[in-house]
Amino acid sequence: MTSSSSAENPPEVSNVERRLRGLLEHVVVPITVILSYFGDRAIMLGKALAALFRPPFRLRLFLDQMEFVGVGSLPIIALVGFFSGAVSAQQAITALRIFNQERFVGATVGISLAQELAPVFTGLMITARAGSGMATELGSMRITEQIDALSTFAVDPIQYLVTPRVVATTLIMPIMGMVFNIVGLLGAYLFSIFFEHIDLGQFTEQFTFWTDPKDYIIGGVKALVFGLTLSVAACYQGFNVRGGAKEVGLATTRAVVAGSVSILVSDYFLIDAFHILWPSKS
Amino acid sequence: MNQPPAETSPPPAPGAAPGPPGNPLAQKDERWQIRVRGLNKSFGVQHVLRGIDLDIERGRTNIIIGGSGQGKSVMMKHLMGLLHPDSGQIWVDGVDVVPFSDKEMGKLRRKFGMVFQYAALFDSMNVVENIAFPLIERYKLSRDEIMERVRDLLRRLDLAKVDGIEKKIPPELSGGQRKRVGLARALIDRPEILLYDEPTTGLDPVATKNVDEMIRQTADDFGVTSVVISHDMASTFRIGDRISMLHDGKIVVSGGREEVLASRHPALREFIETSGLVAREGNAQA
Repeated sequence: MTSSSSAENPPEVSNVERRLRGLLEHVVVPITVILSYFGDRAIMLGKALAALFRPPFRLRLFLDQMEFVGVGSLPIIALVGFFSGAVSAQQAITALRIFNQERFVGATVGISLAQELAPVFTGLMITARAGSGMATELGSMRITEQIDALSTFAVDPIQYLVTPRVVATTLIMPIMGMVFNIVGLLGAYLFSIFFEHIDLGQFTEQFTFWTDPKDYIIGGVKALVFGLTLSVAACYQGFNVRGGAKEVGLATTRAVVAGSVSILVSDYFLIDAFHILWPSKS
Repeated sequence: MNQPPAETSPPPAPGAAPGPPGNPLAQKDERWQIRVRGLNKSFGVQHVLRGIDLDIERGRTNIIIGGSGQGKSVMMKHLMGLLHPDSGQIWVDGVDVVPFSDKEMGKLRRKFGMVFQYAALFDSMNVVENIAFPLIERYKLSRDEIMERVRDLLRRLDLAKVDGIEKKIPPELSGGQRKRVGLARALIDRPEILLYDEPTTGLDPVATKNVDEMIRQTADDFGVTSVVISHDMASTFRIGDRISMLHDGKIVVSGGREEVLASRHPALREFIETSGLVAREGNAQA
């Protein structure tokens, strides 16, 4: 009798216990999930960087990845860079014309390309092209047991697969950012001179006066950081695929989303940090 | 439900040197190359291996059978150190390898070669690069030395006659050719122990028979200890010298072909009878 009544009326949960459970569900669990998310990626990055200083050194794998990420992405970077520069010039001229200051277009586009557009757009393009490729390739290797096969030959899969991709992407990103800058400036220049009839001398004078090496250093450092975050996101997703072809596709999607979001979020904090550490001249 | 214990246990190794007092496993044994005791492994709440006791006979073809999801591949990965057990011991030539560091495990793996279910050939490499991979990673050999060993294996595994085989990439190979290239890659560093993970899965009956012959031939020609994971009973009785059955995370039967065929263990009987190797008992009586 007692047991049946206790089954019908489960013991009451005290207010304190309920609040503690709520705290656990709403605060502790999300914190654990976030820490685990960043922690897992940080551990993989740590292993990949540690493996960089341990023999054997496989230079060919780095060069292969630099070719895949860099040379392979050149056409898309150049195309996007050219039109981004032209569009930026068009928007800048429209705004500056209100104040009759179109001559500043070279400076406006030069600074925004160097500090923002080049590293961010290059990062997004590399994420879409190379990051997705890395996640798919590593994911396919995982589900077809190629990564296990590496282990059977006493080859560290992180050192063989992840280290070259992370290091190559990180190092190639500033170079690709500079390519974006140059082609973007060309697009802005051609649009301003031939379509908007901005004076050539004023365009170049304002550009050279207002843009500094500092702008390119900021852009380069941002590109390095973006290269690191996007490649770690892609490698992590691909390396940890479990299941079949569907999971590889999902991992690729997650890699692109995580890479893009990490670029945009870290961009905000980086530019904030640079503005504090290295204020612009007025 | 309690499972019957293993019906046959390995007798003491004949002629084995007396080991250190207290542990007869801690010595190199003439007959048994690998001895597994009390192996446990869980993934989360799933308890896959529940105290495995297994002996692998030196120089023979040892088959481990069992249904899907019984943990055969998990167990094989433990033998090679790709997975670490929660508890238990794995003795290879009288040495417990479970406490091994990564570096020691790396050296141990040179004793092993593994042929994966779908060959696991590296897609980015051609046939020669795949086969030569272990040599390139482990030693500093000249290109000529490597090519000599690769071509020798291609010849011995009947691959040399395939047109342009050396430059082919994995997607250009048939299922049987992929298995052979996978076997060549496993054999190139002259391992003592070859592990096969369901080598006949996905092959037609003729290709299955060819792979069986390849396993048998390899064991004879190279004198290796073979451990084959399988659920193909026809293959098992065609090539197996010693057969063990994994069921519910334990080895429930272990012995020679006749011993296994005579076993009354219900799971094994069902396995054998469903495969059609022998008539069902009810049908036989009728």
